[in-house]
Amino acid sequence: MFDQMAHKASSWLTAEGDEAAVVLSSRIRLARNIRGFTFPPYADPETRGNIVHFVRSAIDKSKELETGAFVSSDDVTEMQRAFLIERHLISPEFMRDQNASGLYISPDEKIAIMVNEEDHVRIQSMSSGLSLMDTLNRAMRIDDDLANSLEFDYDTDFGFLTSCPTNVGTGLRASILIHLAGLVLTKEIDSVIDHINKLGLVVRGFYGEGTDVWGNLFQISNQTTLGRSELDITESLEKITRQIIEFENKSRDRLLTEARDEIADKIWRAYGILRHARVLTSEEVMNLLSAVRLGAALKILDMVSIATVNKLLILSQPAHLQRYMGVELSPGDRDIARAKLVRDTLAELP
Amino acid sequence: MLCEECRKQEATVHFSQMVNNQRVVMNLCGTCAKRRGFSNPLKNIPFPLSDFLTSMVSESATKVDGQLTELTCPVCKLSYDTFAKTGRLGCGNCFEAYRQPLADLLRKIHGSNLHRGKRLRGGALVMEPLKEEARLKDELKKAIEAEDFERAAQLRDMVKELQEKLQAVTDV
Ligand SMILES: [Zn+2]
Ligand SMILES: [Zn+2]
Repeated sequence: MFDQMAHKASSWLTAEGDEAAVVLSSRIRLARNIRGFTFPPYADPETRGNIVHFVRSAIDKSKELETGAFVSSDDVTEMQRAFLIERHLISPEFMRDQNASGLYISPDEKIAIMVNEEDHVRIQSMSSGLSLMDTLNRAMRIDDDLANSLEFDYDTDFGFLTSCPTNVGTGLRASILIHLAGLVLTKEIDSVIDHINKLGLVVRGFYGEGTDVWGNLFQISNQTTLGRSELDITESLEKITRQIIEFENKSRDRLLTEARDEIADKIWRAYGILRHARVLTSEEVMNLLSAVRLGAALKILDMVSIATVNKLLILSQPAHLQRYMGVELSPGDRDIARAKLVRDTLAELP
Repeated sequence: MLCEECRKQEATVHFSQMVNNQRVVMNLCGTCAKRRGFSNPLKNIPFPLSDFLTSMVSESATKVDGQLTELTCPVCKLSYDTFAKTGRLGCGNCFEAYRQPLADLLRKIHGSNLHRGKRLRGGALVMEPLKEEARLKDELKKAIEAEDFERAAQLRDMVKELQEKLQAVTDV
């Protein structure tokens, strides 16, 4: 399974779908627990093992999850775990220790189910571009399927019960991954983030820890999960996203009319470095790819597609690089391998 | 209508607020409204980020002196004290054991403590209209593309009607 995945980007990052020039992907997560069992943060090994067993057999019975693979934490190496994190299939904390946990992945990687993360079951549904409703529908069908075999913890007042109070109710986290290079360049990003926060949504940088935002990629998600329906939460995220896309497109238009040469120069320089550099750190590659992505969206650069940029964003990360090269690499060697991967990928293009 | 908070007294204060661009209505009795500081409808109630969660939990633990912090879930044996430190609940029964402090905490976090979404085994309730809505919207898009504006207007009304119906279903 890992070998097949190593050479291609996840299919929820193919730049297909609505608004793909700005929105990379849409994601829905549902948190569920099984009635009568201690939540994973406090569960003993036996309970954790039982939960993996229950969920696995529920997945086996599900029509929606007929194809796909289930991996147990016992069979996942540290390198494979890093690989799964880089593909956004699991959270960084997941499978970190020896405690029993498991992961289901659909063949197209649009569905991933974590067993014994912070909750017993975390259903994740991913799509390329802005496609929150379809992504929600898919997650709901899986939820229905699993609920046929599992009795979920539910309270008439509080809804679905979760380990962390911030997920109680719908257990739903809807999010989009968005490229706001225009707004960063026109320096309007802070006021836009401020605006998004005021609407009650959370904005996060993609790979960066703390305040660093790499590659001008932002994740926007709902903050509250209780008191509103799944449809409400998802629709309002979609509505606000469309508004942000409008802001971003306006700033891109402004860049084109007011500073066309400077922007074109920035984009072509980024392309030049990517095409010829011999050493590239992951931070540098993210920022250069951001410029090239903008160039592709603005049709300034026509030899690189947005899909290629999305693919490189994933494949240039450390665990993917090492899989690509087939050997373990020191950080310094990674930067050399990364530059080679980028050169090779861009050279293959017509 | 009963107060959403205590579920004992008649709700006399109807407080509405925009959260995530959606109007959230809270129906409270006079006592609960005052206790929550909702007496002034113009005062904005902040909705804190999850980062502040643990500090909020421990706050709720210390506020209701000694008595509450000694609470322990009889099923998983998690004490409210531990919950205040970790910010993570132990099992489904914890919600029964700590119902009142949790109801307060959940309202602070989410601006509501009443679930309005999908029910357990109630898939059809939310999903059937959802599917129908997606289909109508798809048809609407096609009608606009085909410049069939009469049909588009018709479809737009149908979507609106469905959304209102959905709202009524999920609002109960
Ligand atoms: Zn009351
Ligand atoms: Zn408990």
